[in-house]
Amino acid sequence: MDSGLIIEKLILVAIIFSISLLIAMYATYFERKVAAWFQDRIGPDRAGPFGILQPLADGVKMFMKEDFIPSNSDKWLFILGPGISMFTSLITSAIIPWGEDLTIFGSSVALQVADFNIGILFIMGVLSVGIYGIMIGGWASNNKYSLFGAIRASSQMISYELAMGVSVITIVMMTGSLSLRDIVQDQHGMNWNIFYQPVCFIVFFVCALAETNRAPFDLPECESELIGGYHTEYSSMKLGFFLFAEYVSMFISSAIIAILFFGGYNFPGMDYFSGNTLAILSVIAFFTKIFFFIFVFMWIRWTLPRFRFDQLMHLGWKSLIPIALINLLITGLVIALNKGWF
Amino acid sequence: MQSLSNRKKVVSDKPMTFMEKIYLPAIMGGMWITFKHLFRKNNTVKYPEEQRVFAPVYRGMHVLKRDEEGRENCTACGLCAVACPAEAITMEAAERVKGEEGLYREEKYAATYDINMLRCIFCGLCEEACPKEAIFLTDRIVPSEFEREDFLFGKDKLVEPMNARIDVTKRQHTGQRGTK
Repeated sequence: MDSGLIIEKLILVAIIFSISLLIAMYATYFERKVAAWFQDRIGPDRAGPFGILQPLADGVKMFMKEDFIPSNSDKWLFILGPGISMFTSLITSAIIPWGEDLTIFGSSVALQVADFNIGILFIMGVLSVGIYGIMIGGWASNNKYSLFGAIRASSQMISYELAMGVSVITIVMMTGSLSLRDIVQDQHGMNWNIFYQPVCFIVFFVCALAETNRAPFDLPECESELIGGYHTEYSSMKLGFFLFAEYVSMFISSAIIAILFFGGYNFPGMDYFSGNTLAILSVIAFFTKIFFFIFVFMWIRWTLPRFRFDQLMHLGWKSLIPIALINLLITGLVIALNKGWF
Repeated sequence: MQSLSNRKKVVSDKPMTFMEKIYLPAIMGGMWITFKHLFRKNNTVKYPEEQRVFAPVYRGMHVLKRDEEGRENCTACGLCAVACPAEAITMEAAERVKGEEGLYREEKYAATYDINMLRCIFCGLCEEACPKEAIFLTDRIVPSEFEREDFLFGKDKLVEPMNARIDVTKRQHTGQRGTK
């Protein structure tokens, strides 16, 4: 591995890191704006023109707050919790292919930090580590509400990760590869997976909502009964990390939904462009899809009420998993028929 | 019992049909409703920059009036303080001395006059009780403050300045007493 590649990757890491943080920051602002629009309000508009400096003001506020650690809590785990949450939501961005290859100074630059051949497995693995952040944070707080939130989060994640995994396997079967780049390249132009697998998309989307702890599956934090759930005892930037991690994982989930079902950086008519124009246009197309899905996440949050916990479990185990399995079976049969195995 | 509003619905506990069980039609319907709200005009009034139009008889911050020659109307009779149901008004009377005829209309005046704006309920009974047409509630909004003490409005804030007279001609209790 030559040093040029390392520098190239380091620059890419820095750019992607700052972009994910920036988008997460503005997702908080955008969430408040979207909520306001849905409720016929204006939303934050005091800090700067249209309130675009609001995330900065929020950040300053978060840092200025007292950093409180409960006396009966396990101090190190208490600090570790938000860290794990933030780390796991950021690290998934490493394997996302952001666009077609750019050509800079005559050398081709892949807009992807690492093209793992097991990309999608990596994401599933990191997602399941992500629950440790919430679990450890909730348990270390030594607070009943936090523990309730953490237990709910873990049971919810376990039950929804199954259906999510099965629906991912369906896509992997269609593509024949676990690499995200291969999955995207397989959907060249308008050949998106959503047209072949709408049921799979719905299952995956519902599971993505549950995995990111967004409404209507925000039972781990549900303010009205658990006073914030796993982050009840958190204050200052540790709370900020938990909230931030939610927005980062929302961004990453939107990216993964776009990759798996909506062609990633592919867009109709992409064959008319080539070189760097194609690369830039593909990045724009990808981010348009991501922003659309972030908007849909917020749209759902401000439309639907929260599920009851038993309804959540019913939906996960009795509906989504059977649907995903049947869908997997049918897909397998169709693939086998097409390849002439019978 | 007959329904008064004709909107009474009997609650039933029927098992959900298949369409209801898959949730999606209901979710789509709900999302369509919220989507329509995206384009609806909001009713927010951005307060410090723009202000809602008040009715002429709106009861806001008080004013202690002066007469045409700029003399204070108030004679510190205390009827407003007696009438006040929230006991927000306190005052101290003083006797006018020679040379102060241009300042106070009658021989007695209010040396201090305080209204606690946190106690005041803006009922307007002080205005109704005043025999001298000295106190009126105006369409001005009581400014917000950071400290409780700052809500004790004294004469410095209540008496109308000579160069910025406050129009109360639309008030219900102007010109009825015959004191002018």
